[in-house]
Amino acid sequence: MKVSLGPIQYCWPKAKVIDFYQQVATSDIPLVYLGETVCSRRREIKFADYLELAQMLKASGKQVVLSTLALIEAQSEFSALKQQIDNGEFIIEANDMGAVEVAKSLKLPFVCGPTINNYNAATLKKLASWGMQRFVMPLELSEEWLEQIMVALPPAQIEVEVFGHGYMPLAHSARCFTARNKGLTKDSCKTICIDYPKGILAQTQEAQPLLRLNGIQTQSATHIDLRDQQVEMERMGVDYFRVSPSSVDALVIASNLKASQPQSSDGANGYWFKQAGFNRVV
Amino acid sequence: MELLCPAGNLASLKVALNAGADAIYLGLKDDTNARSFAGLNFTPKKLEQAVQYTKQQGKKIFLTINTFPKPGEEQRWYQAIDLAAHTGVDALIIADLSLLDYAHSHYPHLALHLSVQASATNLGALSLYKREFNIERAVLPRVLSMKQVRDLAKVTPVDLEVFAFGSLCIMAEGRCHLSSYVTGQSPNTGGSCSPAKDVRWQEVGGKRLTRLNEVLIDKSDIDDQMGYPVVCKGRYTTQENANPNYLLESPTSLNTLSLLPELAQSNVVSLKIEGRQRSPAYVEQVTRVWRQAIDTYLSDPDAYSAQAQWNQALAKVSEGQVTTLGAYERAWQ
Repeated sequence: MKVSLGPIQYCWPKAKVIDFYQQVATSDIPLVYLGETVCSRRREIKFADYLELAQMLKASGKQVVLSTLALIEAQSEFSALKQQIDNGEFIIEANDMGAVEVAKSLKLPFVCGPTINNYNAATLKKLASWGMQRFVMPLELSEEWLEQIMVALPPAQIEVEVFGHGYMPLAHSARCFTARNKGLTKDSCKTICIDYPKGILAQTQEAQPLLRLNGIQTQSATHIDLRDQQVEMERMGVDYFRVSPSSVDALVIASNLKASQPQSSDGANGYWFKQAGFNRVV
Repeated sequence: MELLCPAGNLASLKVALNAGADAIYLGLKDDTNARSFAGLNFTPKKLEQAVQYTKQQGKKIFLTINTFPKPGEEQRWYQAIDLAAHTGVDALIIADLSLLDYAHSHYPHLALHLSVQASATNLGALSLYKREFNIERAVLPRVLSMKQVRDLAKVTPVDLEVFAFGSLCIMAEGRCHLSSYVTGQSPNTGGSCSPAKDVRWQEVGGKRLTRLNEVLIDKSDIDDQMGYPVVCKGRYTTQENANPNYLLESPTSLNTLSLLPELAQSNVVSLKIEGRQRSPAYVEQVTRVWRQAIDTYLSDPDAYSAQAQWNQALAKVSEGQVTTLGAYERAWQ
């Protein structure tokens, strides 16, 4: 099993993003996803900038995938998507069926991200026939669920990736919760999410951390951590363990992942064990 | 424009048809549908009665098979499709690719509607489902503005159905894990959003605490109007603001009576009323108001305006007695 680095889900200043990917280039992480997956109003880093970063990472020996938006609403977003997918160089991570359609019609291979509803082998085989090479298991599924899917898949036809570490993208809305929290509307948001590099932590009235508001996305307050399941994933034949970055620490975590060295983990792992996602099963 | 109403049981189906529904949607009493509330939905025998009754009234009936099959148990979902085809429903409402594939290849003449759980919001997604499975219609998630609905309606290869009234789901449907994050149950895999068994109310010191799997979702005054407890409509605090607030959305219902002319002019073919888990009294009340509204509009489109008594009647059956235009209105976003 190899390590992958998921797309940055937050709105970070351009200089910070460039610095981050320069450090990625010198890491031993073999597979890197990058691109805006949450909000098309975030224009700190334009698609051309991502393309440049992708080329830099490729030159340093990384396999690179360009991630696309999870929720495509406006026609302008759909047009932008076509341009991103038809980039002539990099495959894409589709996070919406609209992106699957574009990749399929251009006869380009693609990866399905965790927000595509891939719940069974028959669906995955269909997507593979359309060009899907790899899929990231939807977050709410369990080890048992995944194992049954993998048993039913033709060997080596589809690669499997598990979102193993980081804050979980749980939902996407039309509404921007970060803007709303600051008394702004989406149209006048001033890209305020740049002030919240890990989102806004929301706690219950009993001070239990519950959610993380990140623009139109709602994340888990607690990070998922399946590092201690690597041996198990290796046995099942999982191809990639995804680390979702929330800071430069993610690079240290990703670089230290070695399936042969069992690791302790913290954070949530409920989904993997068929429980509520926020649970920690020990 | 079709008025499409929910039925959690035969009683609701009958009152909806009597009150003027053009079509009914319903689900089987198992995990093949995403609203598997205890005590609701239809056995195969009840489905047969529902189809018979609806056809006698000259109306349409759609069956939702809108969860994603569990590995190793796919056969149960295929059997639900077989059953539906043989029972003579007018359309199936499906979200999963493999089920669309099965239904399209085995019953090419059976109309397929893309469920809102498939979360298709754009031309690309709709084109894909149309070309591959010949879907006839798609139900749009409650995340598009009215302008976006209008723009999509101009280019869509399939008919569009929108949510017109009912509990407001604020996330892209079918891709929301908030319920499974807190309770372990997901609408996608055959549970329901915020399963009733995980909901607990406590009265402590003159306040009512609402818990979901022991997580404190809200704390309210005893006489406050409350909605059904879901994670996205709870009151929470942040580091910057220690006063508990509805950070995502307050308990409120969607009511688009005022948008009826715009929806009609956009060529939206069907107006969906939410609430398969609600009582027959709710279904009857809402259907009656919407029947009147649609008929009033159709008889004289230029003179239409949402009447105060309609809105009042709908507010009474709304969450927290509050309604909103939700994402249709850009300012809400």
